[in-house]
Amino acid sequence: MKVLPVKNLKTTDADIIIVGGGPAGLAAAITAAKGGAQTVLLERGDFCGSKNMFGGAIYTIPTLEVYPDFLKEAPLERGISRHTYSLLGENDGTIISYEKKPKNEFFNAYSVLRPKWDRWCAQKAEEAGAYIVPQILVEDLIKEEGKFCGIKTANEEFRGKIIILADGVNSLIAKKRGLRKEIKPKDVALSVKQTLSLSKEKIEDRFNLDENNGAVHTIVGGPMLGITGLGFIYTNKESISIGLGISLQDLNLQKTPPYEFLEKLKNHSIIKPLLKDTEIKEYSAHLIPEGGYKKIPKLYYDGLMIAGDAAMLVNNIHWEGTNLAMISGKYAALTALEAINQNDFSANSLELYNKMLEGSFILKDLHSYRNVIETIENNSETFLGYYPQKINEFMETFTETDNIPKREKYREFISKTIKERGFVQFASDGLKIAKLAGDAIL
Amino acid sequence: MNPDDLLAKVKYKPDNVSHLIPNEDICKNCKNRVCEYICPAKVYEWDKEKEKLQVIFENCLECGACRISCPYKAINWSYPKATKGITFKNS
Repeated sequence: MKVLPVKNLKTTDADIIIVGGGPAGLAAAITAAKGGAQTVLLERGDFCGSKNMFGGAIYTIPTLEVYPDFLKEAPLERGISRHTYSLLGENDGTIISYEKKPKNEFFNAYSVLRPKWDRWCAQKAEEAGAYIVPQILVEDLIKEEGKFCGIKTANEEFRGKIIILADGVNSLIAKKRGLRKEIKPKDVALSVKQTLSLSKEKIEDRFNLDENNGAVHTIVGGPMLGITGLGFIYTNKESISIGLGISLQDLNLQKTPPYEFLEKLKNHSIIKPLLKDTEIKEYSAHLIPEGGYKKIPKLYYDGLMIAGDAAMLVNNIHWEGTNLAMISGKYAALTALEAINQNDFSANSLELYNKMLEGSFILKDLHSYRNVIETIENNSETFLGYYPQKINEFMETFTETDNIPKREKYREFISKTIKERGFVQFASDGLKIAKLAGDAIL
Repeated sequence: MNPDDLLAKVKYKPDNVSHLIPNEDICKNCKNRVCEYICPAKVYEWDKEKEKLQVIFENCLECGACRISCPYKAINWSYPKATKGITFKNS
């Protein structure tokens, strides 16, 4: 058992103890250390990133706020120049892409591999003066006189003025301490992913990319028609990541293992050519918070704040999680620095953290989308089944040439659609969409 | 389909003891055994002869899906000890 680095510290107590070396914890660590606080981060894996998984890509603007040098130094895979959205039917699909190449500037997002990226972030936090200690599993918190004031491992205790809990979606510690309600299957999605090796040249040819440019594919339907799930593909330097996330509630009802959905997606006629001659390099799985705004627990207590996935800060609609994690970690650290300055670690003092979240895109966006996932989950057959298929059906009608006059084909498409769905249902679907749009913009 | 080929690509340092402990009494009477198909690593399998849930904890990807899915909360789920379990390299 590894011993905590207390002998390296000036006193036996740290100013700030951070639990978890993912994007939230590491952003907190580097921010706190730069602010001059005695900062200790504890990570259960062999190194930061070794237990972590996502799609995925990191976003440049929020990342620059925490790691100003990352564009030059970090292990980035590809700059994302294209976003592709595929609506897959059983064996057809409608695909649209948006493409933008930056001019001499940075890309808006970069694909990364977490074991490399998180490890680099840990190195930067260490350079800033934080103690990053891997291979330490925090099992509980120390609470005295109603205040959190340290952590416990299997055989050690370690004290600090402020704890930042960034231990990920499962946050067993928050659960143990009753800091948040038990997660329900509808509050998370299960994501499985395969990293597939493919040469740089083949990736660029196959995905029609300039050198070192990358693509993100968002996939609706296919094996997930009618259920709350989305697929994704990210291009890395010499590999591609393909995976999907399906609401745990829907997955429970489907009685099909998640890797079978992924296998079906890989074999879909639209996707299969993209994956030709690849080899599986790694397989991974992770839960994604999906409950959104309504499921965010209280995030500040006497001596403690919660950040990142542990705080359920994820915006699923945009594949955003690491950015919310980084910025929430940064805000938690800034709040901690201010609290240390004032020598007041009470919840009252740490409420500043919540105010910063409320004033930022994090809680504003999550509030805008507060009803989206619930509405989709309750109507997944409609929005992720019927309409995607209908779009494909229309495209089939539109693109197929035969000897039937176009006008007859359109009329038949319309009358069939009205017959199968009915005006009332259309109006109801439209109202649901309008309500979500209203939430987002009003 | 068996995920063995997939799991062969994951680096594990398994512990000698399981970090996943199902409640045998509850599992015996469970009707749906959601754990058997929700797990991305096929950790759980009902052994009909022994009337016992087999737990191949060495394959666990540490996601937590079983913990949240089990309607009876019958799985005592913790992380593997420090230095044990999965180490991702390319995810």
